[in-house]
Amino acid sequence: MTAIREDFAEILKLVRPKARVLDVGCGEGELLELLTREKQVDGQGLELSPENVAACVTRGLSVVQGDGDRDLDHFPTRAFDYAILSKTLQQMREPRHVLNELLRIAEQAVVSVPNFGHWKVRWALLSGGRMPETGALPEPWWSTPNIHLCTLRDFVDLCDQLELRIDACAALSDSGPARPIDPRVPLENWRAETALFLLSRKSEPAAPRALPQQNLFGEVDLPKPEGPAPKRRRKA
Amino acid sequence: MTAQGPIQAETETGGGTWRFPANRPLRLDSGATLAPLEVAYKTYGRLNEAKSNAVLVCHALTGDQHLASTHPVTGKPGWWDRFVGPGKPLDPERHFIICSNVIGGCMGSTGPASTDPATGQPYGLKFPVITIADMVRAQAMLIEALGIETLFAAIGGSMGGMQVQQWAADYPEKLFSAVIIAAAARHSAQNIAFHEVGRQSIMADPNWMNGAYLTAGVRPEKGLAVARMAAHITYLSEAALQRKFGRELQRDGLSWGFDADFQVESYLRHQGASFVDRFDANSYLYITRALDYFDLAARHDGVLAEAFVKARHVRFCVLSFSSDWLYPTAESRDIVRALNGAGCRTSFAEIATDKGHDAFFLDEPLLDQTLRGFLGAQAQARGLP
Repeated sequence: MTAIREDFAEILKLVRPKARVLDVGCGEGELLELLTREKQVDGQGLELSPENVAACVTRGLSVVQGDGDRDLDHFPTRAFDYAILSKTLQQMREPRHVLNELLRIAEQAVVSVPNFGHWKVRWALLSGGRMPETGALPEPWWSTPNIHLCTLRDFVDLCDQLELRIDACAALSDSGPARPIDPRVPLENWRAETALFLLSRKSEPAAPRALPQQNLFGEVDLPKPEGPAPKRRRKA
Repeated sequence: MTAQGPIQAETETGGGTWRFPANRPLRLDSGATLAPLEVAYKTYGRLNEAKSNAVLVCHALTGDQHLASTHPVTGKPGWWDRFVGPGKPLDPERHFIICSNVIGGCMGSTGPASTDPATGQPYGLKFPVITIADMVRAQAMLIEALGIETLFAAIGGSMGGMQVQQWAADYPEKLFSAVIIAAAARHSAQNIAFHEVGRQSIMADPNWMNGAYLTAGVRPEKGLAVARMAAHITYLSEAALQRKFGRELQRDGLSWGFDADFQVESYLRHQGASFVDRFDANSYLYITRALDYFDLAARHDGVLAEAFVKARHVRFCVLSFSSDWLYPTAESRDIVRALNGAGCRTSFAEIATDKGHDAFFLDEPLLDQTLRGFLGAQAQARGLP
């Protein structure tokens, strides 16, 4: 494996070494294997397809067959440092419940969502008058698994409603490297094709950052949530 | 036999009966003791120098130690022949595979048909009631006697899967990995109900003679056969029965009587009749009782996760079959939830099949693939070839 998927590369930067990680919808376990190899994480997967579970198990990964909507109750509270949900929140029947569950199980959630506010999507709808089909959303409306699409702004609103803190955010695209963004800036709602969020609960103190990459997303200022700002440096 | 040259046996088999002297009794959950204890077992392959390649396979209710070699009574291939052998997921060239007859059984381990040293007669109903934990304790004695400290894997389906869970609860330090197939952490009311039908059927046979039939020189064959027929239905799914037999008749036309008109009747009668040749009725009573008494959480204040907290270093693989209504997927998910709760590394998959509980013995490519993958990855983790 030479090229690493852009979102995987970003997640790899976010995760602390030796952390406990749950990957929801882990597929054939590429990300978990990468995290295990590069960050020596203690990984666990949840995956819908038994064929994929077999592939994961063959890689030496621990993966439970199940559905992110229904089976997150398999995992005890605070069993993980990170729960990862990559590009599937929009396929869940109850995205709010899933987000709450991720942050029950784990201290922080790493969630990526395609942005329905991206200019290509807006243009496709405006110019063609049809459901957009883009690189990030390739399927026609009648076969898409994406039943709960949202824009960047919608997602930020939901985080506010659920009292979630956005600890970091990056825009992902197939064509270029990941770009750290402030998801509350209106222009980003046009520019970001997919956004990757690191989330935690506002009710809990900010988690220590991944070391040694403290400046996960370069030098850009992160969104300022209400309450005490997440600290970049923390004494042990 | 040639004296020289590297001769590699295809499947090196061994085993026999391990007899523990009377001063090494088996202490039972009931408070009773069993001595002298005999454990009949088979082995395939060779224990490596580091003693790190031992695999214990735990058999199901009516299984025995003849895992992958011809059964001495029926002449049929071993019950998991398709899984154990050269090039198969359990490979005698790489693993040292052990399978022992459970205590209470009737293929050589101490059971109700064994001679009671107090009377010189078969135990019959004087045999103490045993539990899954007692079976596992006897296995642990055997493993120790064979000089093995840690099992590379303990594997079992159905009642075998219950024994594997008990191993994880009672001897976690002796386990490296564990595979639990089509099992449950306790017997449900429905499970107990079906077993009660079987037991009542045996006890209603006049030849049962209150358990003393061996002394009288008879056998409650009819009762045992009916018990097997009822149980056999629970091993198959409705879809599998329908596919196999439908309403097909044995002969042209109906008999207008009570002969086996339908093929499914004839099949069940055959299952019952051939079972009595190889199984002891009292063993059936004792082993079904052990299953009914099984409730792993009970000893841990009803919290199943507590049973597994000392097994955090063990890698678990739990598998269920979608059409298994004896131990349905929900039961396996309870085990998985508890293992996760205890912080154990756990994999789980539900194999989609319409073959019911017995899919464990049948050709299920995804079952093979998952087990092969799991064992391969665990072997790598343990530094085995």
